[in-house]
Amino acid sequence: MSSLVPAAANTGVNGVALVVLIVLFALVTGMGFWATRWRRADSMESLDEWGLGGRRFGTWVTWFLLGGDLYTAYTFVAVPAAMFALGAVNGFFAVPYTIVLYPIIFVFMARLWSVSHRHGYVTPADFVKGRYGSRGLALAVSITGILATMPYIALQLVGIQAVLEVAGLGGSNALAKDLPLFIAFALLAAYTYSSGLRAPAVIAFVKDALIYLVIIVAVIYLPSKVGGWAHVFSAAEAKMAKPSVANPAKPTGSFIPGAQQYWAYATLALGSALALFMYPHSITATLSSSNRNTIRRNASILPAYSFVLGLLALLGWVAIAAGTKPIGLDGKPNAQLVIPQLFEDMFPSWFAGVAFAAVAIGALVPAAIMSIAAANTFTRNIYRDWIKPDATHAQEAKVSKLVSLLVKGFALVFVLTLDKQNAINFQLLGGIWILQTFPAIVFGLYTRWFHRWGLLAGWAVGMVYGTLVAYNVINPTTKGHFGGSLAQMPVIGKLGYIAMTAFVINLVVAAIVTLVLNAMKVDPGRDETIKGDYFADAGDPRVEKNLEMDVRLTTGAP
Amino acid sequence: MSTDTDVDHDTVPPANKGLLAIAGVLLAIPLIALLWVSSYAKKDPQLWGFPFFIWYQFLWVFLCSAMTYTAYRLVLKARPHRPMTGGYREEDGR
Repeated sequence: MSSLVPAAANTGVNGVALVVLIVLFALVTGMGFWATRWRRADSMESLDEWGLGGRRFGTWVTWFLLGGDLYTAYTFVAVPAAMFALGAVNGFFAVPYTIVLYPIIFVFMARLWSVSHRHGYVTPADFVKGRYGSRGLALAVSITGILATMPYIALQLVGIQAVLEVAGLGGSNALAKDLPLFIAFALLAAYTYSSGLRAPAVIAFVKDALIYLVIIVAVIYLPSKVGGWAHVFSAAEAKMAKPSVANPAKPTGSFIPGAQQYWAYATLALGSALALFMYPHSITATLSSSNRNTIRRNASILPAYSFVLGLLALLGWVAIAAGTKPIGLDGKPNAQLVIPQLFEDMFPSWFAGVAFAAVAIGALVPAAIMSIAAANTFTRNIYRDWIKPDATHAQEAKVSKLVSLLVKGFALVFVLTLDKQNAINFQLLGGIWILQTFPAIVFGLYTRWFHRWGLLAGWAVGMVYGTLVAYNVINPTTKGHFGGSLAQMPVIGKLGYIAMTAFVINLVVAAIVTLVLNAMKVDPGRDETIKGDYFADAGDPRVEKNLEMDVRLTTGAP
Repeated sequence: MSTDTDVDHDTVPPANKGLLAIAGVLLAIPLIALLWVSSYAKKDPQLWGFPFFIWYQFLWVFLCSAMTYTAYRLVLKARPHRPMTGGYREEDGR
């Protein structure tokens, strides 16, 4: 490490870092276009090929893909930023969240894989429609999925922007400031359009390699630069105990959660874990695996990423010890810039460039998968179900490709025209919304007890409740709405994650309405699945080969 | 329901319930441990300068991984895959 000599802190353009960043970015762009030839299919003209990579990914590809998908640039930027600004409750909950995530998905994802492959489902809403015979409930699930994914894509752009801003890119006028971001996203859109899910799968290898490299170097090198871990923790403890600027009666943040914050910490972890695999992009990455047990094997190796995420979170506290001052180009403090700023201050410029590239490329993989998943959802559950029921596979693939462009275009406009804070607010809402689809999807994998209209009623109440409560959370500094994800929980009376409260209310409503409707003998809808479907594996009829499955689906023959 | 074979695929494939229960317990332990925040929200004992709160959660990354992997082996053993070959016809799918 002794050869690493830090560059002097500077606020202008960091030439060396910028060149490294551009070279690495060009490399992955080339890989993205090349990906269309990787594990080449006979034809890319179907959603199975374009949108699910032919459903052929084994354990390791799935591991990279899921890791690249779930640990987004926003995670790399926002989690340490929250640690830096507000402490453990707001930031470190990401660690228990990404640990308990895996036992949870271990339980139900294999069932979803099996039933999806038996019936050719591409999205969670496809499953809901088949299970409950309800286009309405499927529409609710698909719209929720798309709405929740859009701001998530926009946040990937915020991550890239943070890096570009610290690298010093950005002119005096709006056009020059946004041009690099525009170019990056246009390239991403182009190779996603041509290569589909194969592009992020290939790029995920580079992304993960860079992220691991940067985090390991950072975690070994940086603490020794600022006086060791013990000093890092005492600096963080001191900062968190100081009176808050916005409200001097309260401390700045939490070093270790106090007794009043246990519920907040636990519900944030559990609620986020339950919600993550309801996002269409997580399910897309899971369904692209080649057999039922790939996801279960993955559940035991994916926590490697949680470890890295925990180290990354601690870099937020390293920045406190290092005295990092995250100031944006507009001259205002912006906690979101803390990690790129720490890298620029502490690393030699060439390695800062590598670190910037890791974050920027880290944004591309999830952005690509998210836009593919949102596009698949639109195509299958809105276009095919409501607009053109007799669409062929080629037409579906074509619509999906176009929608993936549209979704990215929308995200770009969103970030360029609206305040960044809006993207973060919507992302917060997205997490609350997406969890409301959990009962229909996950409980549906086990039981048909819930009535389709009961689930729809529960979903609607959960959505409205969650949105209203989140709206009423006031940010102490800006006095704006959507000021955070915690609110007082009814009955328990402590602060808790709004999504979890809404989820519990959702369940109660769904159960009550189900009891009433069952008593009134309202038609529960036709279930096209059988119990054996939930245990099917590769090699079973209709799960074996995609082309055969396509023929069956097209002709309607078994 | 008429099928060409004896297996009715509209049933849950047979499984060793005991092994499944053990796997379930293994999967539940990390959840309980990490959601029980008061059990670990403290500074001491420290390890290499890391507060207990931090290193304890890092430790669970490995414990959870090991437990999930064990559960995976158990589940594979508990419920061998029942092939869906033969006899499946579209009308059986209700």
